[in-house]
Amino acid sequence: MDFSTFLIQLLNALQYGLLLFLVASGLTLVFGIMGIINLAHGSFYMMGAYMAFSLTSLTGNLLIAVVLGVALSALIGFLLEWGLFSRLYKRDHLDQVLLTYGLILMFEETRSLIVGDDVHGVPIPELLSASIQLSETLSYPVYRLFMSAVCIALAIGMYWLIRRTRLGMMIRAGSSNREMVQALGINIDLIYRLVFALGVTLAAFAGMLAAPVSSVYPGMGNQVLIICFVVVVIGGVGSVWGALVAALLIGLADTFGKVIIPDYAGLTVYILMAAVLLWRPEGIFRRI
Amino acid sequence: MPAAVKKRRNALLLILFVLALFPLFGSAYYNELLAKIMIMAIFAMSLDLLVGFTGLVSFGHAAFFGVAAYAVVLVSPKYDPGNLLVVLPAAIFSAAAVAFVVGLFVLRTKGIYFIMVTLAFAQMIYFVFHDSPLGGGSDGVFLNVKPELRIGETLLLDLGSPSQFYYLVLLFLVVAYVFLRVLLRSPLGHALAGIKSNEHRMLSLGFPVFLYKLAGFVAAGGLAGLAGFLSACQFGFVTPEILSWHQSGNVLLMVILGGMGTLNGAAIGAFAFVVLQEVFSSVTKHWQFLMGGMIVLVVMLLPGGLSSLPRRLRGLLIGGGTHG
Repeated sequence: MDFSTFLIQLLNALQYGLLLFLVASGLTLVFGIMGIINLAHGSFYMMGAYMAFSLTSLTGNLLIAVVLGVALSALIGFLLEWGLFSRLYKRDHLDQVLLTYGLILMFEETRSLIVGDDVHGVPIPELLSASIQLSETLSYPVYRLFMSAVCIALAIGMYWLIRRTRLGMMIRAGSSNREMVQALGINIDLIYRLVFALGVTLAAFAGMLAAPVSSVYPGMGNQVLIICFVVVVIGGVGSVWGALVAALLIGLADTFGKVIIPDYAGLTVYILMAAVLLWRPEGIFRRI
Repeated sequence: MPAAVKKRRNALLLILFVLALFPLFGSAYYNELLAKIMIMAIFAMSLDLLVGFTGLVSFGHAAFFGVAAYAVVLVSPKYDPGNLLVVLPAAIFSAAAVAFVVGLFVLRTKGIYFIMVTLAFAQMIYFVFHDSPLGGGSDGVFLNVKPELRIGETLLLDLGSPSQFYYLVLLFLVVAYVFLRVLLRSPLGHALAGIKSNEHRMLSLGFPVFLYKLAGFVAAGGLAGLAGFLSACQFGFVTPEILSWHQSGNVLLMVILGGMGTLNGAAIGAFAFVVLQEVFSSVTKHWQFLMGGMIVLVVMLLPGGLSSLPRRLRGLLIGGGTHG
């Protein structure tokens, strides 16, 4: 592997890891703060990608599609929390697993009913469709760099929201003692609803962002979901910082796994997980 | 013997009687469907040992089912019938061995981690069969000739014959049920129940909790392997789909649908699930939507599963409190 190939792979690993982080952070946030395990999280990623596809073909502009899609997915998250999830906080994890499993089936079939089962592509916006020449034969697409930049910006934004704002303070307080926060006159139900909607929107946005490079296909959500579980297991449930480190580790393992042992590339991520489990069964970072 | 136990035993004997006589009256289609239900019942009961009796919510149980099914094909000769006495133990042993190795990792975790880690390991095993030439890729592998039991020159049992296969499945259903009942009454079963209700106390009492859980996990994996063996023999081909996470979700659904921690409930859940699947898929090609909708409704409106339905109805009729 010469240097420019290595650089390209490194950038790919970074981009994949950051994208994973975007999806997994919503999962770990919803679990860490509300104690809900959400198997349908991957479906939101899938929804986002399909929204990018359908809304782009409707409006003819990816940017408008993304704005509409973000609003739509926030609304979906808000309604789901209000109608279903808010009734499950006191229930066993088993019920949450079951409910969200049922939701996955419904979302997948709804997708099949509305858009069909074909594989679709979403064009890269013209502004970002250029490539940067690295050597005489190798180049790197600008869009992928753009993806990484957006993910980093969102990660910083999330850090700022949770650590530096009044809302973030309420969110953190709500995760450690819901009743006490409520007794202080804060509308904790609304805060939970917002956090859940944020989680859904993050996943959907990641799907929209990924749509131009990964194409849009049935089952894409489930694949991401399981990798996100691995991210959360490695990083520690509820830890956003852990999710970032774990997602980057997985990005590296997966990308370089594909280069070094292409036949068993699907396994490298899980081997990484097994190693972390032996070393630290509760993940690298334990809490928020 | 207490009246309730006697009543339950009589009900079970009645069901056994019906199952034994069914092929005399049912058509080939229903015989096959019933055999499938019984296989799924074994599978669901094996998971109930973990979920219902030990408190371990495994979302990767299909892995052991699938490993055993692949083992059936890989151990059988290509153009000759395999020997039942070789194929069956090989299938169960490989499932139990995989459960042992996976158990060493996953049992280090608890609660929500356990759910996610079992799912991830099952997916890893899925990729092993999906990616390697061993598993024939996404097309799967075919079992050209079904195994048989032969002693000397006499053919005792041919799994290719639907009626012989049906009775073999019924026999194994009974064996699995009795095995689990005996296991649950043994010191191991009591220890597992103790772990479910208070793991810390069991630890401080000096029980080797990890070993007990591992034993339970291996036993459940081996039984799932039995179901996987039967499934491979019934359909004659094995694809990676049977160890996909949908399969794990479905079997978990059966256990919860029927009511966990009762064994009988898991079997009822398997029955309800397969029948619902048949009914829904005869209505529409988008049957998964109906299945998903039903799951959501059951969770929201009927915590405790279908087996809590009689109690709830009774509560409604008498007017007592039904929630809980």
